Amino acid sequence: MKAFTYERVRSPAEAAAAARKPGAKFIAGGTNLLDLMKLQIETPRHLIDVNGLALDKIDKTPDGGLRIGALVRNTDLAADKRVRRDYAVLSRALLAGASGQLRNKATTAGNLLQRTRCPYFYDTNMPCNKRMPGAGCSAIGGFTRSHAVLGTSEACIATHPSDMAVAMRALGAEVETVKPDGAVRTIPIADFHRLPGATPHLETALAPGELITAVTLPKPIGGVHIYQKVRDRASYAFALVSVAAIVQRDGSGRVAVGGVAHKPWRVEAAEAQLRRGAKPTADLLLSGAKTTPDNAYKLTLVERTLGAVLAQARA
Amino acid sequence: MPPIETPSISRRCLVAAGAASAAATASPLAATAASNADAPVLAKVSFEINGKPQTLELDTRTTLLDALREHLKLTGTKKGCDHGQCGACTVIVEGRRINSCLSLAVMHEGDRVTTIEGLGAPDRLHPMQAAFVKHDGYQCGYCTPGQICSAVAVLDEIKAGIPSHVSADLTASPEVSGEELRERMSGNICRCGAYSNIVEAITEVAGRTA
Repeated sequence: MKAFTYERVRSPAEAAAAARKPGAKFIAGGTNLLDLMKLQIETPRHLIDVNGLALDKIDKTPDGGLRIGALVRNTDLAADKRVRRDYAVLSRALLAGASGQLRNKATTAGNLLQRTRCPYFYDTNMPCNKRMPGAGCSAIGGFTRSHAVLGTSEACIATHPSDMAVAMRALGAEVETVKPDGAVRTIPIADFHRLPGATPHLETALAPGELITAVTLPKPIGGVHIYQKVRDRASYAFALVSVAAIVQRDGSGRVAVGGVAHKPWRVEAAEAQLRRGAKPTADLLLSGAKTTPDNAYKLTLVERTLGAVLAQARA
Repeated sequence: MPPIETPSISRRCLVAAGAASAAATASPLAATAASNADAPVLAKVSFEINGKPQTLELDTRTTLLDALREHLKLTGTKKGCDHGQCGACTVIVEGRRINSCLSLAVMHEGDRVTTIEGLGAPDRLHPMQAAFVKHDGYQCGYCTPGQICSAVAVLDEIKAGIPSHVSADLTASPEVSGEELRERMSGNICRCGAYSNIVEAITEVAGRTA
């Protein structure tokens, strides 16, 4: 790990001032950042501990939704009675991710900001455009069983590892932030994560020093909430493919898919096909997919997982 | 009674001595580092470890795990993967289990930390320790302190009504079942494969304390 200076902040204003220091980075739960710092994939020179910012509450919004503080731990968000009752797909997604120990530390904002688990991103002996822009992508032409099939580029075929973000995409969440100059803004979850394009090292819409303060959920929409995750073992593994679905009694609904792209994948036009079944929905959802012999199975897996989810919703 | 004539050096003392000599040989390197931009930065942290207040001055890079093992010589907490994947470093902080390898010591100002040494001792075993012994919940024992800290916290999580991936009804109170325990303990890897005995040990303690 590279040496760094460390500071605890008590207010967003203090955090903003600290963020102007060279090489500064916010730290909350730290479960992903410290892992990457040990490998010197992340090398902050100044760590700003934001745990004292009192952003750990879940409050009702005036329009009947929920405002989840950026520091709410994954365990607490999954266990919140309102989330379990009205946004079950979010509880289910959180509980399908990581381990009990990690969920106790990991925060709502940190979960959104976690970085890909592409093995070539982690292997510092191999070129990676995320680690070193312009170096090249070792995954392309490499072992790609876990890699993206949608929204990829010539520079990067990594996936986003979050389960939580997939559920939030289905729910239509919004990310609230504050910039170093004090300006606040709201970013729809659909626009929060970027596709890799020619700049895969830029992963979100956040500006330098911009701090996530909360994630808001719109008012509950009812329906059957399902998060189906397919992975190599029964627990504590990243998704090969996951489906977050909210299905209404008339068969209409929403679907977001994880494990297939640089961000949670949702195609509203495909959702119009839900009542006709998994195949027509998946056909639209997966249109434009680019596969390798290693990861072409993901297309079949998405369709079948969606089929299982729809059958479960009808049952 | 231990034989008096043999020098009484426990495995723990040996490990501690080894750590001290490693630190001694490492100090010239630290001095070299101090002369460049990558110089270590020191910071003070005060916390309560197993009921005892402790204040340490540490390199900011020191994980909670290394603070416990290398600075406080509490070597019961184990370093396995050092990347949050194996659970051997599990300790209980403010009542919650975490991976101490993925947490900076300086971020635990004021925290109450419980390690395996704080749960029980050979002459007064914690019920979970006793159950692991009774049910053979280990072979080599390396993952065991983490397994036990995790298991103690798991039963508290179930009691607190925190659901899991395998809880059929999200709104109901979770139960103690083999399926629930296997899911909740999935962050603790046991390379010897003592899993079924670990589940039996936890089940017994859950029954006793329910």
